[in-house]
Amino acid sequence: MPTPTLTTRIAVPERAGVSHSVATGASTKIAVRNLNFYYGKTQALHDVSLEIPERIVMAFIGPSGCGKSTLLRTLNRMNDVIPGTRVEGQVLMDGVDIYQPGTDVVDLRRKVGMVFQKSNPFPKTIFDNVAYGLRINRLTASKSELAERVEQALNDAALWSEVKDRLHTSALSLSGGQQQRLCIARALAVRPEVVLMDEPASALDPIATSKIEELIVDLKQRYTIVIVTHNMQQAARVSDTTAFFLLGKLIEVNSTEKMFTNPSEKLTEDYITGRFG
Amino acid sequence: MDQPIGGRRSPLNVNWKHLLSPTGNTGDAVFRGLLFISALLMVLIVGAMILALAAKSMPSIRQFGFHFLTSSEWNPVKNEFGALPFIYGTIVSSLIALVISVPLSLGIAIFLVEQAPRQLARPVTFLIELLAAIPSVVYGLWGIFVLAPFLRIHVEPPLQHWLGWLPLFKGPITGIGLLTGGIILAIMVTPIISAVVRDVLAAVPGSQREAALALGATKWETTRVVLVNGAPGIAGAVILGLGRAIGETMAVTMVIGNRAHISASLFESSYTIASVIANEFTEATQDLYLSALVELGLILFLVTFVVNAIARVLVWNVTRKMSGVGNA
Amino acid sequence: MTTLTALCTLVAVGILLIILIYIAMQGIGSLSFRFLVDSPRPVGEGGGIGNAIAGTLVLLGLSAAIGLPFGIAVGVYLSEFGEGKFGSLVRFLTDTLTGIPSIVTGVFVYTIVVVPLKHFSALAGGIALALIMIPIVARTTEEMIRLVPQSLREGALALGAPQWRTTLGVVIPAAASGIATGAMLAIARISGETAPLLFTAFGSRFFSYYLDQPVASLTVQIYNYAISPYDEWHAQAWAATLVLMTLILSINIIVRIFTRKRF
Repeated sequence: MPTPTLTTRIAVPERAGVSHSVATGASTKIAVRNLNFYYGKTQALHDVSLEIPERIVMAFIGPSGCGKSTLLRTLNRMNDVIPGTRVEGQVLMDGVDIYQPGTDVVDLRRKVGMVFQKSNPFPKTIFDNVAYGLRINRLTASKSELAERVEQALNDAALWSEVKDRLHTSALSLSGGQQQRLCIARALAVRPEVVLMDEPASALDPIATSKIEELIVDLKQRYTIVIVTHNMQQAARVSDTTAFFLLGKLIEVNSTEKMFTNPSEKLTEDYITGRFG
Repeated sequence: MDQPIGGRRSPLNVNWKHLLSPTGNTGDAVFRGLLFISALLMVLIVGAMILALAAKSMPSIRQFGFHFLTSSEWNPVKNEFGALPFIYGTIVSSLIALVISVPLSLGIAIFLVEQAPRQLARPVTFLIELLAAIPSVVYGLWGIFVLAPFLRIHVEPPLQHWLGWLPLFKGPITGIGLLTGGIILAIMVTPIISAVVRDVLAAVPGSQREAALALGATKWETTRVVLVNGAPGIAGAVILGLGRAIGETMAVTMVIGNRAHISASLFESSYTIASVIANEFTEATQDLYLSALVELGLILFLVTFVVNAIARVLVWNVTRKMSGVGNA
Repeated sequence: MTTLTALCTLVAVGILLIILIYIAMQGIGSLSFRFLVDSPRPVGEGGGIGNAIAGTLVLLGLSAAIGLPFGIAVGVYLSEFGEGKFGSLVRFLTDTLTGIPSIVTGVFVYTIVVVPLKHFSALAGGIALALIMIPIVARTTEEMIRLVPQSLREGALALGAPQWRTTLGVVIPAAASGIATGAMLAIARISGETAPLLFTAFGSRFFSYYLDQPVASLTVQIYNYAISPYDEWHAQAWAATLVLMTLILSINIIVRIFTRKRF
């Protein structure tokens, strides 16, 4: 549900350099400043500025190709793995630019977890999947602590009761919805500060989807969550704030409630009422 | 602060770690460095091959110059070395191989890609690939004891009887010589040529076939459309087979007769570049003799390198363009 | 038309079967336990190929020890970092190197290993075979790693895994069976090589396990016996060929069964 303390300002995409959203009441976790993003010569993001407050759920919506996933992937520098990409502008996390030379990208990605559109469990056991991030980052001191953290992460992802008797079987034997919750557990195990979700329920059936949505609402007590979705109802159900993108531009950021009842921008209204996309 | 960063190719101005790895992680930099060294070593090996062979052939190159390629005198006792007989033997045996193998390979590839049902094509493909798995020395053994006697008794006499007026089929009938070498080579390159032609044909999009069929073409006419479309790739396959035939050593050495002379007759014994290296390398005690043999190795290296490079480019172009691969 | 193309196919398959059946028939007669463990003896006294089998295993072990890690490293480089110009160059040279005649590799290793060490050796033979193996292993490794979905890579990176741990811990294990298949086929290929061994490992009539000494191999022994004038040695050449072909065909068939199960 939208937090009452949150106020937002209307997006003005044409006027570059102006911050498009100012949040008060909650401190800003991530601030995107004048971000341009290129795949080779194609510009995918145009001068995006946006602030994401701490411990809320922010949804990115918009038609496919609007840049919402690209923006999400700049927040943990996942786009670095795509050759020929280029970033201009700043992404500040707790006030520090993550694109600053010398940034420890590995450490950044540990703090900013990510759940992908298609569940991607490693071809390992359920336990080893969840333990992976803990092990590579050496976050646990003992075997028992490792087991504890794995259990906790699986609990947080509402999967523990379903898998506790077969932790050491292959993760690939789980159903699609379970695999996605396993990937969420895997991301949560390292206790990130931010969780990025790239259409996490798009490949799932309605029951599995509603489980994931409940989980997201639950998780915002402890995490800052950014979710990309093409499903507007989903954005309305889980998020506090919604950002609408079109053709690589940020059109509007607003409280979810306002966005879906009385959007400030004509383009947003057209999209939400189904005139295009 | 606002400088563009991100992506593998973006210029990063800071330290060595970032030069090696965009993540700036020490382990990544070391990892990438190690892998880079192995890749670099790969390049250095090829460079070292050229340099080592060239250095060792220097005495021979200085002594004989271009004459090496045009002289047919190969006489270790008199220290006279000319490579012409070997060049001739290599070219003729390879050409015989292609004349036999190309139609055969095309037939096989067309059958397997265009005509045979899947259940038949898969095991047959495997069997033909097995032909490539048989070692050269085994082909040689089989050539000496099975193919050569068979040709001597059943093939060469009738050839001479009917076509003996051609210089190609004059001379003594022994079963050992250019023809036998060429046939063995044909068997050996067939799995290679047919495999590449198969890939090329398979890369021709189904829409091309459907377009031809829809215009009322018969199945065979459709296949011709496919062949025309894949022509550069097929040429690449043939050149790849040529490269293999030129460098093939053991099997040819065992059946070609190993005599350094030039004769128009395919029944006569001959000698190839690879064979003379295999036969005489350990006997070559004088420096100039050894140097001449290494120079033959250098020639073989350069020729096969160029031939393979051309073939790769031709095949790559066809299979990549058609299947639309290329974007990462 | 179909008749003609089917005939071409039949000819090729027929030749394969004739060769294989002939080897089996000729080889089985001289095959015995003694033959498999004995060293060669003068004509008329029997003898066997035990030293050649041992020598082939030494050479294969040596070349695998050098060639596999090197080849896999090059393959990983090509798949993970091989997008640029340098990657294309390495890929091109690797491909072209597979087409270089193995006898030339033998000459090269002779000049850089045998000449400095002043005698033929198992080490030189192993290096020559490794050089033949590396490009094959590198290219199959690259192709197998490219089959691993990008999403697995991103999954690991997103958890804060550095790239090296992602590659070693997630990507390579996911491609392991394919890489193993390529390695097996490369070993099958080099176990049949003769030309590069003639003046590197050279051959020997005794058991030898010293890396700086010449060593026997099945292929060189087959060659020497085949071109000898003695019927007894010819028979032994066929029997040795049967042993070699059994090794090579089993690897090929095992790989075949293995890969069919996966796809």
